[in-house]
Amino acid sequence: MTATPQPRRRRTAPRKLWQTVLYHAVMLTIAAIFMLPFYWMTISGLKNNAEIFASPVAWFPDPVRWENIPGLFTRDDFPFIRQFLNSCFYAGMVAIGVCFSCSLAAYAFGCLRWRGRDLVFALTIAALLLPAIVTFLPVYLGWSRIGLNGTYWPLIFPFFLGDAFFIFMLRQFFLGVPREIMDAARLDGASEFRIFWQIVLPQVRTALAIVALFAIVYTWHEFFGPLIYLQDRQDFPLSLGLFVFRSQHAVEWSVSMTGAFFTALPLFILFFFTQRLFQQGLATSGLK
Amino acid sequence: MAGVTLRGVRKLFGALEVIKGIDLDIADRELVVFVGPSGCGKSTLLRMIAGLEDVDYGDILIDGRDVTELAPARRGVAMVFQNYALYPHMTARDNLAYGLRRAGKSRAETDAKVLAAARMLQIEELLDRLPRAMSGGQRQRVAIGRAIVREPAVFLFDEPLSNLDASLRVEMRGQIARLHRDLAATMIFVTHDQVEAMTLATRIVVLRAGRIEQTGTPREIYHNPANTFVAGFMGSPPMNLLTVTAGEGGTLHLPGGGTLASPLPVSPGTTLTYGIRPEHLTPSDSGPITGAVSLVEHLGDETIVHLDSPGGTPLALKGPGDWALSLGDRLSLAPDPTRARLFDSTGQRLSAG
Repeated sequence: MTATPQPRRRRTAPRKLWQTVLYHAVMLTIAAIFMLPFYWMTISGLKNNAEIFASPVAWFPDPVRWENIPGLFTRDDFPFIRQFLNSCFYAGMVAIGVCFSCSLAAYAFGCLRWRGRDLVFALTIAALLLPAIVTFLPVYLGWSRIGLNGTYWPLIFPFFLGDAFFIFMLRQFFLGVPREIMDAARLDGASEFRIFWQIVLPQVRTALAIVALFAIVYTWHEFFGPLIYLQDRQDFPLSLGLFVFRSQHAVEWSVSMTGAFFTALPLFILFFFTQRLFQQGLATSGLK
Repeated sequence: MAGVTLRGVRKLFGALEVIKGIDLDIADRELVVFVGPSGCGKSTLLRMIAGLEDVDYGDILIDGRDVTELAPARRGVAMVFQNYALYPHMTARDNLAYGLRRAGKSRAETDAKVLAAARMLQIEELLDRLPRAMSGGQRQRVAIGRAIVREPAVFLFDEPLSNLDASLRVEMRGQIARLHRDLAATMIFVTHDQVEAMTLATRIVVLRAGRIEQTGTPREIYHNPANTFVAGFMGSPPMNLLTVTAGEGGTLHLPGGGTLASPLPVSPGTTLTYGIRPEHLTPSDSGPITGAVSLVEHLGDETIVHLDSPGGTPLALKGPGDWALSLGDRLSLAPDPTRARLFDSTGQRLSAG
């Protein structure tokens, strides 16, 4: 009788084992350090002020104050839902703006040959080195002069004119589209815009999704622009609304924390479903 | 269908001139093959005819019409690319139909032409597949179909078989030859593969460094190369080129001491190049060309033998498939004098008269 062949088991050398254990221990510790503020934010949202500052620290809310959640959505002095919708509008429009303008610019830089292209691209990239604060005052005065302060125009419209970082990022993807399929389309009689729209853009859908995601995350966090340009609480996005609420109601930590949790939640959900795109985007942009 | 004329065509990339004044007439229904080593400008020249590269100097005429400044789609040409260049997100049917739609053809006409081309290329069952669901050969057939449906005046092929494996390449070569016959079309084909050039072409244009070295039928190019470059480029192995010195009485002296009969009258004392194809050398005890075997390649039906000659020039000859030779064996070879060619010191072939 022949013995049934056993699958070969990979033996981990003892030295490798302790290395693995150490590696995971370090990683878990770092992850825990990063997670701690989020955990603290979450549980604080389910406590009252006294419980938040109780000593010794209660690592789990007891009782769990679920009523804090409906409380957040019904306050007159913190129009959370309105501000949430403002954030969605702001982030959505910026995402549309960068996808539209940056894809056109990236196509011109990555797929077309024209005199001075590399110089203009270098100047565009150089714009990344210019701190936004340097141009802030003239831009602010410009928007004031045309009477659009207090609206979302100054916050959204510039993204319809391109953004150096996203142009750079998209160009990397456009460079990967074979030149021959554009040549084939030219021979087929497609105009340059049609080649961009019908032939090239479908090849970089993933890249556009990445750019849109990055734009949404960036805008969701954006604080300085809304702070400068918006005056009415009803117009604030959550990033600014939460800050203003906390400034005015410094003692209501549990509401602030519940608000912070629900402000961060959409990004958590977005990241959960689009992790692969984020990683791809970071790798492409050279941020990782 | 139509002829193609190139008049003094030049192309510069910055300060680098890659096409250095090409004059060429391609007749209606010819299948002309541009062949040459990498970087010789053959693909650039094809792209200039297609309108995908600007022409810096000179004119390109198709069917007598100056198309130099016309957009690619208005030149009446269609091109098949090396990497197929199918639109990846479109089915084969949409790939074939795209150009017709751009040209404003009706849906019925587009469908009919797509189906006719698909039947001709036997790709009907592929019409609803995306390119990624096809093999290399199938993709290239779809790419050829995309060219056919547009009914162009001139077909341009840019190394269309390079990405295919050897057996598929033979099959596709046959298909292109059949297409040329069935469509009675003018075709320009770029390749670096001599077998493709020799088997497909009605005429071959040999290019080097942006210039035409020779234009002729495959037989002319092979048997009467215009210069040592063409002699050394066409043929596998290429023509043997031996440096000789002309002697008295129509003799040619080899560096190793042998003496050959000159196929042409030559002035004594001049240094020349004696060219002879590997298949025109035969072993002979009294043969003036000698060498030691350095490599034996058994190809089944024939054997290619490489020799080191006393003058240091590598030599090759072809023999029967069962030829038993060992490395180091010494051979004496006699050339067929009627097949020998002579080239002057500048490399140009000498001809009688």
